[in-house]
Amino acid sequence: MSVVANPRIRVRFSKTGKVRFTSHRDVARIWERALRRVALPVAYSEGFSPRPKLSYGLALPTGYESAGEYLDVELDRERVEELELGQVPGAGLESDLGERLNRVLPEGIRVQAIAPVERVGESLQQAVIACTWEIELANAGSCEVEAWASGILAADEILVERERKGKKFIDDVRPLVHALDVVERGGDAVWLIAVLGTQPRALRPTELLEARLEGTVAGRHPPLMARSVCRMNQWMLREAQESRESQKSRNQEMITQGDARVEPLSVDAGPAALVETRA
Amino acid sequence: MSSLWPELERLLGEVQKPARYIGCEDGMIVPTHHPDKAAWLLIYPDTYEVGLPNQGLQILYEILNERPDAVAERSYAPWTDLAAVLRREGLPLFSLDTHRAAGDFDVLAFNLSAELVYTNLLECLDLAGIPIRAADRGPEHPLVLVGGHCSYNPEPLADFVDAAVLGDGEEVVSEISATVAAWKAEGRTSREEVLVALAGIAGVYVPSLYAAEFADDDDERSASGVLLGITPTHPAAPEQVQKRTIADLSEWPYPKNQLVPLAEVVHDRLNVEVFRGCTRGCRFCQAGMITRPVRERPAEQVRTMVADGLRRTGYDEVALTSLSTADFSGIEEVVADTVSDDACGQVSVSLPSLRVDAFTVGIAAQIQRARRTGLTFAPEAGTWRMRQVINKLIREEDLYGAVEAAFSQGWRRVKLYFLTGLPTETDEDTLGIIEMARNCVEIGRRHQKGASVTVSIGGFVPKPFTPFQWFGQNTEQELRRKVGLLRDAARNVRGVQLKWHDTRASVVEGLLSRGDRRLGAVIEDVWRNGGVFQEWGEHFDLELWTDAMARHGMSFEDHVYRHRHEDEPLPWDHLSAGLHKDFLWQDWRDALDQVGLEDCRWIPCYDCGACTGYGIEHVVASAVPPAGGSQGTGQELGRGGEVPVVLMTRPPREPVGVGS
Repeated sequence: MSVVANPRIRVRFSKTGKVRFTSHRDVARIWERALRRVALPVAYSEGFSPRPKLSYGLALPTGYESAGEYLDVELDRERVEELELGQVPGAGLESDLGERLNRVLPEGIRVQAIAPVERVGESLQQAVIACTWEIELANAGSCEVEAWASGILAADEILVERERKGKKFIDDVRPLVHALDVVERGGDAVWLIAVLGTQPRALRPTELLEARLEGTVAGRHPPLMARSVCRMNQWMLREAQESRESQKSRNQEMITQGDARVEPLSVDAGPAALVETRA
Repeated sequence: MSSLWPELERLLGEVQKPARYIGCEDGMIVPTHHPDKAAWLLIYPDTYEVGLPNQGLQILYEILNERPDAVAERSYAPWTDLAAVLRREGLPLFSLDTHRAAGDFDVLAFNLSAELVYTNLLECLDLAGIPIRAADRGPEHPLVLVGGHCSYNPEPLADFVDAAVLGDGEEVVSEISATVAAWKAEGRTSREEVLVALAGIAGVYVPSLYAAEFADDDDERSASGVLLGITPTHPAAPEQVQKRTIADLSEWPYPKNQLVPLAEVVHDRLNVEVFRGCTRGCRFCQAGMITRPVRERPAEQVRTMVADGLRRTGYDEVALTSLSTADFSGIEEVVADTVSDDACGQVSVSLPSLRVDAFTVGIAAQIQRARRTGLTFAPEAGTWRMRQVINKLIREEDLYGAVEAAFSQGWRRVKLYFLTGLPTETDEDTLGIIEMARNCVEIGRRHQKGASVTVSIGGFVPKPFTPFQWFGQNTEQELRRKVGLLRDAARNVRGVQLKWHDTRASVVEGLLSRGDRRLGAVIEDVWRNGGVFQEWGEHFDLELWTDAMARHGMSFEDHVYRHRHEDEPLPWDHLSAGLHKDFLWQDWRDALDQVGLEDCRWIPCYDCGACTGYGIEHVVASAVPPAGGSQGTGQELGRGGEVPVVLMTRPPREPVGVGS
């Protein structure tokens, strides 16, 4: 006997301004309350302490802004049918849901798009393979940053030390640096646009800025400092069913450009639109 | 003045939990400041997580912002990391609502719920750029007010605060605000003028208009250093300041828009106050004594506030708050209505402060329907004799019945709260705690294989305006010995986990609870030596306090451990919580005689003073005690077993007026 799966919807939202100082866990609680306030029939787990079935994309470090965060919501099929919410086929999704959510979400968290998830496969955390970051640098001129970026891209390996569960690990994060671009936009700020991998683990912008390359320009002291960081995109491969093995061996170009990569849910908010919302 | 946000924004990346400082809560008010409006900064001098849920502060925030002549914003004590960053950058303490500098407000009003935060008050003033001592402030500085339970003995803070406000704040805050607005309209010229005006408002105490006299070496009236009395030095200051009490809670359905924080806080849920005051008469309980009489909120208003609150906030948990929620008339129906209101989804109800004699299977069954929240019962003492002394007249059968109700309805763990260091406590009384816990586990295991009981032990600290205000607190060594006894006894009892409060912190709490204004020098000394966040284990440092006491020639013996005489002036005698002092003294004598006192909701008035003095009375919907209640239901309240009263566990240092 086959069990009909619960419908799922994917929400894309931005996180800008003061609320960027909330943590990933804070954002999860904000969403739980918002979804209850709009009375969306969210599915709950069974057991002693039922929890709403929500899953998030990669955690955004506290203090970073984002133009592309994701939330997958599993809906309770029976209650969706009861409430006859079937305006969007398959999801039980009212057309004004985004607006209603924006009315109850705190300033700075804004729904950009909502759509049914048709293909239920890997979780968002597994599917996303890279992020594009826009990093405003505080303490360097464009020439210095250009030289630093060339040094990073030319390096064979970039060793980063990190602690996990009390143990120290040294990782080579060079394979996670997919692209680096230096941009000037007038004023004294220099921007670094970085495409950084997230598998098998995500490389954080600050880790990259603090990476030391002994004996090269990129090993300069003091390390580059970010004045602000914004996640512009999260990327997954168009062929999301592609096996994990073949994902690992894929060409780096697929991640940095072209049709092979795709956002979990696209929105017509390019960098220009974002600059507007941040100003 | 402009917002400090652009400067703060650059710096918040450097500190832990920056969401503490952003505001942005649902329910936040962004007021428009104006020269005609008194600008209040309401400050909770502890972290955001602890302070945000405080209902008192939120009530005043709404009432003030509803007034046409006032605006109110909020602030909380910045954690040590941000305090260091602010000092480094030359930035002041700020409000969360518009990130405005604290010094730009007319009033800094502190909520004092616990004594150990006193040094944080100094820290906040200093960060605000305001002289910490009231005497050093000029008209250009904001007024510094305190309210909350600790303001019933504000003497230790007399040097630092401009005024302390006693009792319910709902009405008096408007009177104060009008006075401040008038002062502001006149250009805030004279500070003394506004203080005198404030002293004329009932419930407001202005310490600088009173003098404290102490006996010197050759005083005939008393031993050297003993307080002789606190008397007004200005005609506008009353001999005795009376607390304020609102007569009818239903007129004050606040907070109407409870703040919903973005960051995680304690008690992260909807809170609805179902009644204020308690007349159970537990002799150790300051809250129960100073908030009399009982004023219930009508059940219908509770239902509306719960339903509207859940819809507005998106919370899935609501706490029905009071000092003893199971005593609320019709509690079972209100809980049942809440958990079965489908519009709000799966809602759980938590009932803090549950009396075991009013906790029934019916309530247990109702509150576990959605999700089982933690259950805490407070028998407070381990033997019937001890509970007679403290007038917590619950029988062992009551506790076992409540515990049975909980375990049979699926709870696997209950928490029991006890005090140690109570007047006349013997080791047998102390060890009775473990005996009770053992029996509770046994009952639990009949229903649940892994049933367990967490026993939480607090060291008793005598508080002003209670019958135990004359009692010499147990020494730190004695409290530690008793905790040791309990640890040894609990070691081999399966299913019992023991937790205890730091006995050293109890000493400092005792010092600040009943101290007089000479302690100002000690508090300042501790703060100057870095003693902030003393209610946090990681920052508490007893040595800072013992060193400061020694430097100022004061002893814990005198201020904490000493029994007080009947005729000895107490540092709060010029203030009144409505209770007659002779009532409290009689209740103290009754305690030593192990004589109980019934709950006056259900018996004729015994005139404690709380109602008669102010022309108010109980507002209680039910004329009978809740089901299962043993107090006031014909139970024998007289003297229990013939255990001799032991008040003095140490030889007295000098003759005292009690127990003799």
